[in-house]
Amino acid sequence: MSTTPLAATQRPPAAPRWPAALAAASGLLALLFPLLMQALDQPFYTGLATRILIFAIVVSSLNLILGFGGMVSFGHAAFLGTGAYTVGILSLEATKKIGLLPGTESAWIAWPAAALASGLLALVIGALSLRTRGIYFIMITLAFAQMLYYICVSLKMYGGDDGLNLASRSHAGFGVDLGDDRHFYYVVLALFAATLFGMHRLVRSRFGRVIEGIRENEARMQAIGYATTRYKLVCFAIAGALAGLGGALLANQNLFVSPNMMSWFQSGSLLMMLIVGGVGCLWGGPIGALVFLVLEEVMSGYTQRWQFVMGAALIGIVLFAPRGIVGAFKRRGG
Amino acid sequence: MNAIFLLEQALNGLQFGLMLFLLASGLTLVFGIMDLINLAHGSLYMLGAYMMVTCFAVTGSFWLALPLALLATALVAMLLEVLIVRRLYRRDHLAQVLATFGLILCLNEGVRMLWGPHQLSMDVPALLAGSLPVLPGLQYPAYRLAIIVLGAAVAAGLFWLVNRTRVGMLIRAGASNREMATALGVDIRLLFTLVFGLGAALCALAGAVLGPLLSISVGMGESIIILAFVVVVIGGIGSVRGALVGAILVGMVDTLGRAILPGALRSLLRPELADSMAAAAASVSIYVLMALVLVWRPAGLFPTRG
Repeated sequence: MSTTPLAATQRPPAAPRWPAALAAASGLLALLFPLLMQALDQPFYTGLATRILIFAIVVSSLNLILGFGGMVSFGHAAFLGTGAYTVGILSLEATKKIGLLPGTESAWIAWPAAALASGLLALVIGALSLRTRGIYFIMITLAFAQMLYYICVSLKMYGGDDGLNLASRSHAGFGVDLGDDRHFYYVVLALFAATLFGMHRLVRSRFGRVIEGIRENEARMQAIGYATTRYKLVCFAIAGALAGLGGALLANQNLFVSPNMMSWFQSGSLLMMLIVGGVGCLWGGPIGALVFLVLEEVMSGYTQRWQFVMGAALIGIVLFAPRGIVGAFKRRGG
Repeated sequence: MNAIFLLEQALNGLQFGLMLFLLASGLTLVFGIMDLINLAHGSLYMLGAYMMVTCFAVTGSFWLALPLALLATALVAMLLEVLIVRRLYRRDHLAQVLATFGLILCLNEGVRMLWGPHQLSMDVPALLAGSLPVLPGLQYPAYRLAIIVLGAAVAAGLFWLVNRTRVGMLIRAGASNREMATALGVDIRLLFTLVFGLGAALCALAGAVLGPLLSISVGMGESIIILAFVVVVIGGIGSVRGALVGAILVGMVDTLGRAILPGALRSLLRPELADSMAAAAASVSIYVLMALVLVWRPAGLFPTRG
């Protein structure tokens, strides 16, 4: 396969290669972070860390279709937003009784419902979009996301353009109070760890190998006898469901849901995070989310013009470091 | 709902469609010839509108400001092409999407720095301020009529340029086989820069003439660029003819959907639910149109490449 890009053939196995000590240190930091911030009297940063973990889940789900599946989706925010709206609408129905749906504030019902709704939506969008290739696929996923955006803008009973506020975070029971930022952080951390472990297993499973095979050479996989479109569709739906879970968490974190969550700007930001982190690397999503959100936080403190800096940085990364942070790290390390 | 109302809305749809064509033709040319997805095309449209405001403030004449604004936007675009965009032609679509997305952030913020964060507005030129009787019982704003005429003239001019002139021949040669055109002595780099500038001038024209009808604000490019992409995808990427057909189709469906659906749904549903549903259905209709076209013909109505 002389035409395969270098990055694809030489891509190291998905497991992290950085020194075990560094991994252990960051794991420990993640575990102790809320306690540390409590001790330093900076509870704000626990919220930021939670946001980072949530986006790490969402960007990882995008990584699943883009990095491992090779499908460039420019509408991933649609699934994030659908998950968020599912939680938001269920909560609103429970507290205000609009009467269109039975409401609930239970995390055990609302969060799986969010993942399910986004997964089903991804199934429908994927079934239509996967008929197209390349640029058409990028554009049709973008168009579907816009469609959803406009639907949410016009849902006047659920806040329309202004979005809707949640009365409280979801209820989890079993002594876990999601309204407490530290409890919420640990729940998100656990879900993040499960996501990453799940992806690690998925990528190394037979399914994951087929998906990567399709990315490398779809015609060959078809010739071997795989129903490639069906594999891609399942991958797309899994990623959609995962992004929906992320959306449910984000709605809980912000106590607010708005159409902006599924704007194409959001889709672009998710892509940006993934590229910054490293496409097709297991840790690309988390690192991208971390770097992007921390930079955003720092820069918006210094200057109102941070979007300019962000845009310039993105152009620079695309032109000069197309493999992202993890990619650059690996090239030097290995 | 009567014939006059429908005709008025159809004229609005035609006007919107022709303006979409000005954006979409640039997009489709740039894609067809340079193989580049330019998300920042909408930012050039925004830039055109802002340039128009400034040129109008400086010269005091709408007719003098218009060509100046086009020229200024085209120059900025060509500068961007030489500095950044040129490096993206041989990259994959993902890289192009991301880099031009970054360009949007920069251009938006740049415009905000230069012109301030507030919305700007412009007046319709005095010559076209009134309205004209199109039919007995239908008065239509002269300015909108002028936009329709202008849009049609530019479309005709573009077809003439691409299909009948030497420059157009070079453009078509560059689109169908870049290497061969280069080998035959065409300065492909210069050609690409010029085509990029032409695309920018076309969308700046749309921004400049729509300025008096819309509020001029920083986000204005983003909402319309998605529609322009829908047009290009429906028409078939790279096809100017497809862009024209797609643009008018999208303009009509969008405008007529907004005009007709609320009334139609009100007879079926509770009024507030009907309005909300109609607004959703109207916004969604063009994307449904696109999905239908792609299911029917996955490479658009006028496919140009295999």
